[in-house]
Amino acid sequence: MYTLRVNGTSHQVEADGGTPLLWVLRDLLGLKGTKFGCGIGLCGVCTVHIDRQPARACSVPLAGIGDTEITTIEAIGENPLGKKVQEAWLELDVAQCGYCQPGQIMSATAMLASIPKPTDADIDSYMSGNLCRCATYIRIRAAIKHAASSQILEAVHK
Amino acid sequence: MGIVSISRRNFLKVSAAVGGGFVLKLSVSSAAGNSASAELNAYLKIASDGTVTIAAKNPEMGQGVKTSLPMIIAEELDVDWKDVRVEMAAFDPARYGIQNSSGSMSTTRNWDLLRRVGASGRQMLVSAAAIAWKVPQSECTTASGTVIHVATGRTLKYAHLASKAASLPPPDFEAVVLKDPGSFKIIGTSIKDVDGPQIVTGQPLFGIDITLAGMLYATFEKCPLFGGTVKSANIDEIRRMPGVRHVFIVAGTIPDGMIDLDAGLSGGVAIVADSWWQSIVARRHLRVQWETGPMAGQSSAAFARQAAQLAKRPPQMTIRKDGDVEAALKQAARIIDASYSYPFLAHATMEPQNCTAHFKNGRLEVWAPTQNIGRGRALCSRVLGIPESAITGHMVRAGGGFGRRSFPDAFVEAAWISKVVGGPVKLVWTREDDIRHDCYRPGGFHTLRAGLDNNGKLTALTDHFVSYGRNGKFVRNADLANTIFPAEFVPNLEYGASLLPLGTPTGPLRAPRNNGLTFVFQSFLDEVAAAAGRDPLEFHLDLLSERRAASTASSATRTRDGEAEPPFDPARMQTTLKLVADKAGWGKRAVPKGSGRGLAYDFFAQRCAAHIVDVTISKKGEVKIDKIWVAFEVANTIINPSGALHQVEGATLFGLGQALGQQVTLDRGGVVQSNFNDFPLLGIDQAPPVEVHFLKTPGQPTGIGEAALPPVLPALANAIFATSGTRLRDMPLTKAGPIAVQRSALTKMFQV
Repeated sequence: MYTLRVNGTSHQVEADGGTPLLWVLRDLLGLKGTKFGCGIGLCGVCTVHIDRQPARACSVPLAGIGDTEITTIEAIGENPLGKKVQEAWLELDVAQCGYCQPGQIMSATAMLASIPKPTDADIDSYMSGNLCRCATYIRIRAAIKHAASSQILEAVHK
Repeated sequence: MGIVSISRRNFLKVSAAVGGGFVLKLSVSSAAGNSASAELNAYLKIASDGTVTIAAKNPEMGQGVKTSLPMIIAEELDVDWKDVRVEMAAFDPARYGIQNSSGSMSTTRNWDLLRRVGASGRQMLVSAAAIAWKVPQSECTTASGTVIHVATGRTLKYAHLASKAASLPPPDFEAVVLKDPGSFKIIGTSIKDVDGPQIVTGQPLFGIDITLAGMLYATFEKCPLFGGTVKSANIDEIRRMPGVRHVFIVAGTIPDGMIDLDAGLSGGVAIVADSWWQSIVARRHLRVQWETGPMAGQSSAAFARQAAQLAKRPPQMTIRKDGDVEAALKQAARIIDASYSYPFLAHATMEPQNCTAHFKNGRLEVWAPTQNIGRGRALCSRVLGIPESAITGHMVRAGGGFGRRSFPDAFVEAAWISKVVGGPVKLVWTREDDIRHDCYRPGGFHTLRAGLDNNGKLTALTDHFVSYGRNGKFVRNADLANTIFPAEFVPNLEYGASLLPLGTPTGPLRAPRNNGLTFVFQSFLDEVAAAAGRDPLEFHLDLLSERRAASTASSATRTRDGEAEPPFDPARMQTTLKLVADKAGWGKRAVPKGSGRGLAYDFFAQRCAAHIVDVTISKKGEVKIDKIWVAFEVANTIINPSGALHQVEGATLFGLGQALGQQVTLDRGGVVQSNFNDFPLLGIDQAPPVEVHFLKTPGQPTGIGEAALPPVLPALANAIFATSGTRLRDMPLTKAGPIAVQRSALTKMFQV
């Protein structure tokens, strides 16, 4: 039995300690927003925040989570910065198939928390682990900049 | 027009059989919500609160039709988009006609049909208002979900008229009045993806997100070689693994020698557990002995050797023969020889293949992220031995398609497993399953020869294409059409082919055939232009002026995936080419030392596309892609500009990903690659700026998700040649090329 904190709520989970966080979220807690893409940390569609840092949920075993605070796409909008990123994604109509976008949003939010005004090079470097088969990269860059230009972001960083 | 009217007739015929007219019935929805809503036709419901619910008839996989097709209906219905809710249509071809998403056909097939669907609804609402006011319909007009009596200024909202309208006889579908495109308010505006809010908040939306009560999770291990069956497996050991509920061998139904994902159910071992992860842990302990067929020794290396041998002999088949190539080559002032190749490719949709099925009491219900649910239903009917009428299919948003999801393998596997288990099951493939059990873009080998006369004019061209197939029949999507450019533009031309037997399924990948062929022909023509000492743009503009009367060999109808397609218009292509050249400043802008540009173009799915790629190659030989310009020829009406731009940018970058390292190779029968480490997708750090210009021409809107892919491949290779003098003739371009420093540099840059 493991106890983990996800999106501000504690959950008791009965599963093998080797179970990746991804499958705990998706199949045991019913949080389907975190996606499965490769299973080995190469594509970023399963990106969540663990103690506000981006992590690939497919590669984090349940036994290693401890008392960290996990945030998923379902709750990132409760964070003003995350909300801003979601709004930018909608404003620029970023998604094509949409499958990778929760992971993109989680990575972008984490990036903006540490780099408030990213350059193209910052974005390319930080986001290169989040693959998009539809190749919506041009709008992802634009949406990140759009979110970065907003006042809320400046308020967050004051 | 032919295609559209055929489906409309079918639609009408079937509708008439159901309800005695186009528009069917009043249904007061009690199950669906609080407010009563009137169903004007199969696509349209109007609720008493004014909400207009429009059915999206074709599956969505990122190409935007769940938004753009309902836009067409909303436009002609004359409502505000803010009042529209879109819901996925039921799979019901009797009501909706063809519900596939493939071949860039969703828009092409449905434009006229859906305009009439919307206009019919509007007509019925106008009739209802005219009756209420006791005025002639001709005195009424509409705006924003309201009927207006022009003379008196009286208005009635659609919401108030819907019940009455739904009880009226339907108008003549063919005769309904359509809007003047100049008055469009929704079509032509950028409408955001209707599922956007759910996507950005991570709500369950995709096939893989489906959850049913009491559902178990399945994984399915198949033979590395297609059609292989299980000789033995350590079933008893796996059964004892934690969480495992069922383990069983699936005998499979693939007939001997049938190498196609639509051929039946593959043999393998199914593991069904309480959670998907438990099924995967158990699978790691699975040991299977496979029974494989005669193709168990196939390999890409052997195919390449055999292709080189075949290329030395005359082609086994003649595909096209114009003029006298031999004589023309004898007289040629200059001969150009080159060999090209491209590999197998996987689709690698971001959402791995999956399907959720529930078999109960002889009936099957399936939730499938699919492009072609009808094919899945037909296969399940065959394999499970139940009538199609006993199968209910739900089309769920798919995380990418690109042709992969036109095939029902995961569909029939989930259905079979559910039947054996006797309850609801979600089958999810691993990424390794997905890369190794695809229907691949077929590879190919081309040996080309061209002849130039004294004036640098292309007088002869031959291609010996070594492809895959048997007994004179190409495997799926591995064929070379006798109309492929530059056929009809070179007086003496021969296309021939020889075939290698293949034991691995193939299928359509975004811009099928052209995604390989256009790389070859547009690269080779660039070589010819260089040999002639001519500017590529001028060379191509001249070549495109040289169309000849079709020879007997070329009199076959131009078809694409079985549907007639109009021949391409070289004048339109010239205009497209000039546009991209103009926007990129071809020949006008000074190109700095170490930089260069390449151009290429293609005609696909009725659309002309032309690309210019700029690269810079450092002294160390590192290739950097600076920018891509695209000119894309479309109909005057772009339904959703945001979506259109998405598709052109997306197809361009999708193509670029192929050039930068993607290949599937076969060894000892099976696929070598397994995940994104060895089948790399394009990353954001590899995506250059893409500047898109639409060239508007008369005609009806068509699908545009594919045509922008093929030209980027040769445009990049041509740019590298223009900059460095090195001609890369094998895809991916990161593969071994003729200059070492260049090669390593490409690798260096592309494998960041």
